[in-house]
Amino acid sequence: MFWQQLINGITLGSTYALIALGYTMVYGIIQLINFAHGEIYMIGAFVGVVAVTVFQLNIFIALFVAMTVCIIIGVSVERIAYKPLRRSTRLAPLISAIGVSIFLQTLMTLIAGPQAVGFPQVINDQLYHIGSVTVSKVQVIILILASALMVGLQLIIKYLRIGKAMRAASEDYDTASLMGINVNRVISFTFALGSALAAAGGVMVGMYFNSIHPLMGVMAGTKAFCAAVLGGIGSIPGAMLGGLFLGVAEVGGVALGYGGYRDAIAFTLLILVLLFKPTGLLGRPIQRKV
Amino acid sequence: MLCVENLHYSYGTINALSGISFQVNEGEIVALIGANGAGKSTTLLNISGLLHPQSGLIKYQGVDISKLPPHKVVEAGISLVPEGRRVFSRMTVLENLVMGAYLKKSRVEIKESIERVFDRFTRLKERRNQLAGTLSGGEQQMLAIGRALMSKPKLLLMDEPSMGLAPMLVQEIFSIAKEINQSGTTILLVEQNAYMALSIAQHAYVLETGAIVLQGTAEEIANNPEVKKAYLGE
Repeated sequence: MFWQQLINGITLGSTYALIALGYTMVYGIIQLINFAHGEIYMIGAFVGVVAVTVFQLNIFIALFVAMTVCIIIGVSVERIAYKPLRRSTRLAPLISAIGVSIFLQTLMTLIAGPQAVGFPQVINDQLYHIGSVTVSKVQVIILILASALMVGLQLIIKYLRIGKAMRAASEDYDTASLMGINVNRVISFTFALGSALAAAGGVMVGMYFNSIHPLMGVMAGTKAFCAAVLGGIGSIPGAMLGGLFLGVAEVGGVALGYGGYRDAIAFTLLILVLLFKPTGLLGRPIQRKV
Repeated sequence: MLCVENLHYSYGTINALSGISFQVNEGEIVALIGANGAGKSTTLLNISGLLHPQSGLIKYQGVDISKLPPHKVVEAGISLVPEGRRVFSRMTVLENLVMGAYLKKSRVEIKESIERVFDRFTRLKERRNQLAGTLSGGEQQMLAIGRALMSKPKLLLMDEPSMGLAPMLVQEIFSIAKEINQSGTTILLVEQNAYMALSIAQHAYVLETGAIVLQGTAEEIANNPEVKKAYLGE
């Protein structure tokens, strides 16, 4: 029972983690909570559905298509809605982000209708039994894909030139530009990475729950945001840990019979962690730049 | 090489620079001295592209660079050692240096530049894999200088390199600046420590509340009675 719930929790949590990474990376560089990020995830799920139903694509190709489309949308959102506000007050881009979020929700409701859309069963419902634990094929695929994406992200950030530039810019934006780094390009790249991961999360959640909805990004986005803050906003390992932690807690809570409080669990946890560790689980102590 | 003409800059309603002009000739060390808040750092930030002047020209090799973003200024051959060092403290010493060579494509060239920095600053070589945040103040200053040299600048801007360092290290930093200059890099040095700055510079300008009040050879400035009284503590 415990191991079963743990696996279920990690599966759900890894999708939260994928979304949370986008929040944390963007925050790390431009100190913006990108409230439209949940909508990118939602669009990813819809693109995935269109790819597998209308275009009859293989699910992995569909995943790739969804990631590509969301990269374009995510980078465009930054260009149109945030970049012109870069030198204004911190509140302005935040409000702009909320505007983009509402715009994308409404746009998708207009296109796809307000009702839930079924995600076709693209992976057969084969089950694997390991001891007392039962794992579905979808779960295995989600776990493998999510881990591969997160490892890939770590490698990009650690070793690639643009990844190092991201780290430098997140530590000190001005000094990074003094190195010859075009920080606008770094910001675009950050949005691209975050959007791709969110799109992957959207397609995976579609596969897992077989249903998607134009407003699905609201709750998932808010929870992933909680995961990012829980792990310490700005910290990439923090977002991963926060996502997994939240998924496990949520599934665990439901298993213990608190199903009605499913969505409240994330927020309660967030409040508790912030009470005792205001910078989050892996957050750095706040330092003032002199 | 660098010619600043009638530069104006204000932070909101506060005037920081009210029309300063000066020039730096190739091969020289030029010192910009003055008290806190005189506008020294603002001048360097304007040259490096982090700030853009309200009016005035910054001509580098005959071309106005006052509207360029910082990464284009670096590309043009100007590098800044920022005030307070500003090393990337969560990156290693080696990674910091690699960041300094961000615009260099050739791995061989980057490697050579790293070796050159390590030859000059042997202590950095010993600590190459250590996080920059764990270095002492003097080592961080050396790293900041080394990092700025990685882009092989023709003009090096140094903002208060002696700030917060022990007297012995201050000596060392200034002799390093002199060496860098002798190996062919022009230097514009901003300092509160007027005595040290004037001892290595050829020309100097004295800045007071956003205006240049005195200029001349370093020797002339050092012997000026007003300067002696105000900045050299005599």
